[in-house]
Amino acid sequence: MQYEVIIAGFGGQGVMLIGQLLANAAMLQGSKTVWMPSYGPEMRGGTANCTVVVSDEDIGSPVVPRPGAAIVMNLPSMDKFEPLVVPGGLLVVNASLVARKAERTDLDVVYVECNRLAEEQVKSPRSANMIALGAYIGKTGAATPEIVKYAMAKKMVGKERFLEANKAALDLGIRLAQGEAG
Amino acid sequence: MDANDTAVFTYPRSLSRTPTHYCPGCLHGVAHRLVAEAIDALGVREKTVGICPVGCSVLAYKYFDCDMIEASHGRAPAVATGVKRARPDLVCFTYQGDGDLASIGMAEIIHAANRNEPITVIFYNNAIYGMTGGQMAPTTLVGMKTSTSPTGRDPIDRGAGYPIRMVELLNTLEGPVYLARQSLLSSADIFRARRVVQRAFSLQSKGFTFVEFVGTCPTNWGMAPVEAREWAQKRMIEVFPIGVFRDREAEAAKASAAKEA
Amino acid sequence: MGEKILMKGSEAIAEAAVRAGCKLFFGYPITPQNEVPEYMSKRLFEVGGQFVQAESEVAASNMCYGAAAVGHRVMTSSSSPGVTLKQEGLSYCAGSELPVVVVNVMRGGPGLGGIQPAQSDYFQATRPGHGDFRYIVIAPATIQEAVDLMMDAFDLADRYRNPVMVLADGLIGQMMEPVVFREDPPKEYDKSWACTGCAGREKNIVNSLYLDPKDLEDHNFHLFRKYDEVEKNEIRVEEYLMEDAEVALAAYGTTARICKTAIGLLRAQGFKVGLVRPITLWPFPYRTFRKVADRVRFVLDVEMSMGQMIQDVRLGVVERCPVHFYGRVGGMVPAPVEIVQQVQRLLAE
Repeated sequence: MQYEVIIAGFGGQGVMLIGQLLANAAMLQGSKTVWMPSYGPEMRGGTANCTVVVSDEDIGSPVVPRPGAAIVMNLPSMDKFEPLVVPGGLLVVNASLVARKAERTDLDVVYVECNRLAEEQVKSPRSANMIALGAYIGKTGAATPEIVKYAMAKKMVGKERFLEANKAALDLGIRLAQGEAG
Repeated sequence: MDANDTAVFTYPRSLSRTPTHYCPGCLHGVAHRLVAEAIDALGVREKTVGICPVGCSVLAYKYFDCDMIEASHGRAPAVATGVKRARPDLVCFTYQGDGDLASIGMAEIIHAANRNEPITVIFYNNAIYGMTGGQMAPTTLVGMKTSTSPTGRDPIDRGAGYPIRMVELLNTLEGPVYLARQSLLSSADIFRARRVVQRAFSLQSKGFTFVEFVGTCPTNWGMAPVEAREWAQKRMIEVFPIGVFRDREAEAAKASAAKEA
Repeated sequence: MGEKILMKGSEAIAEAAVRAGCKLFFGYPITPQNEVPEYMSKRLFEVGGQFVQAESEVAASNMCYGAAAVGHRVMTSSSSPGVTLKQEGLSYCAGSELPVVVVNVMRGGPGLGGIQPAQSDYFQATRPGHGDFRYIVIAPATIQEAVDLMMDAFDLADRYRNPVMVLADGLIGQMMEPVVFREDPPKEYDKSWACTGCAGREKNIVNSLYLDPKDLEDHNFHLFRKYDEVEKNEIRVEEYLMEDAEVALAAYGTTARICKTAIGLLRAQGFKVGLVRPITLWPFPYRTFRKVADRVRFVLDVEMSMGQMIQDVRLGVVERCPVHFYGRVGGMVPAPVEIVQQVQRLLAE
């Protein structure tokens, strides 16, 4: 089984971070994994995206032109990556910043108001990305929640306050994706 | 030698007995000797690594009797940086000419000085490329004829630039510990130069030390050796004035003495 | 074996160097390899080493020359235009027989080119600077392999007293994968030639100048006897699904991984396709290609260049079968499906 996801948004939305968390979690659960950033000359404010592949077997191409899933955190990312997801694939949309619906009808689309929920329910505006990651793993099972939280804890030593918020955000995302909340 | 005789002049231990390839009247041999004497005086021959340049002194690795590294053109200060960063306990000197140091190696010398690398740089300035046959150097005087400035170095109409004063340039930097220029044009000058070189080596552990020698190139200047020295005395010294431009240790000692008084 | 950790390629390469006993780094910033000097600027001081941000790539390679001349393990890293500048110091290292490891995280060219991944330095790596000499060139395809080869690079450099270039593309530099570091201690090599001060011995000279033509010829003969040894002992190549292959892809580095994905797709359609992946680009596995050429219908060489390694592939194949080419350049990375289409088209011809 191989999972591929492109995670995209503005610089500063933490898209690289949740990609690394997913890759770390995949490694910790014994899967093969690759995290691949796209990079440009700009340091700030541009669009950022990364690709994560999780697989039972050795991973060939780290570049995935047609991924099985995309997490789009803003409108430019939606415009760019919606057309690329393979038919039958998954699209996680941050409905707080993406005002439109998906144009494709052959995708499993999950709309999550990441920013609003992070602020109102998790009381941690910066945890919007974790809600999106939760939605992705809740839908796909690419990594278990426990192992993502473990990877989070390893990465966030000394930032325990944010850690609890991020765990809560992840759980919320999982519940939303599985249709248990909203 | 009779038992009662005292040796007043001996061959420096740090100089090998290999005959040099330098032209008659060239002052590189004198400069080599002064460096070797300084190494002997400090008793550091067995922990010294010399770096030679590309140019007339390219074969200096044969003439110094200590470990020697041949650098590429202009890069001796970078090579010395590698040596001292790996082995700070060694004594390291570079020996460079004006084309090597002030033209192709300008970046390397400026930045080694700026980082205050603990090395001693010996810079032989005779205002010309000797090895390649008398081309214009960065230190060539205005109006001086060379094989690539056949009508004389012309900074205005031919855009050939002006002579670069290296000690003064390095003296704008915060880093260096010791900066001096001395000529080798007379016996008295050579005696003074010996003190300057020894001072530079003795301060090496404190940081970057630099000695510029004003020398001659009788062959490529087209002059007899004595005539070349007279010409250098008359023309070069006014462009490249002699002196100790910086001695941080002496300045510090002076300042602390003034404070106590 | 140590713990498995997720690391970015550039940082993993740097850490591998530290674990191989390299305590000296001299470099100059250039995208896309800045994580190497950034990592070293912190890490080396923790292990009692030294890091210098040099004034230029030229200076950096000559600092490496100096540090290697006193017998220390030393490295530099850069990307394509910077490596051109480093060619000066590295030629002197080869001529003076000094062990140095240089990492080249390739970007597109010519000139300033771009900052995205490329493999356009195959020539620059395997046909290096001025004079008759070679780098040992090794090309990792995964971060784990980059780490392992990086540690091997220091041993190869010391064993053969020669520069070793680790040739990676921007993808290897930027991607993250799980790695485990070997924990064997660095091997010791005889360095009695080094300039460490002449206490108790004759002076040592590190030099590449031989003004007498006969001496210089002898020196070149000596270097090439050494290179013969390297060719005899150090060729590394991966043959992937070649047992029954009717078509061989030829690729190195990240492109080889992309080929593997393409091979998976092709095999699912019933096409028997395999891959020959040179791991050492010099010495090049010519014999593997000669052997393969007798068994396959054709070889398709795939590169992120306009076709550089293909020259060596052709030298190996010696017209025993056709050699075709597919390349993307400028930072464009070939997609597996593009390679699939090329193979299908060539098979239909």
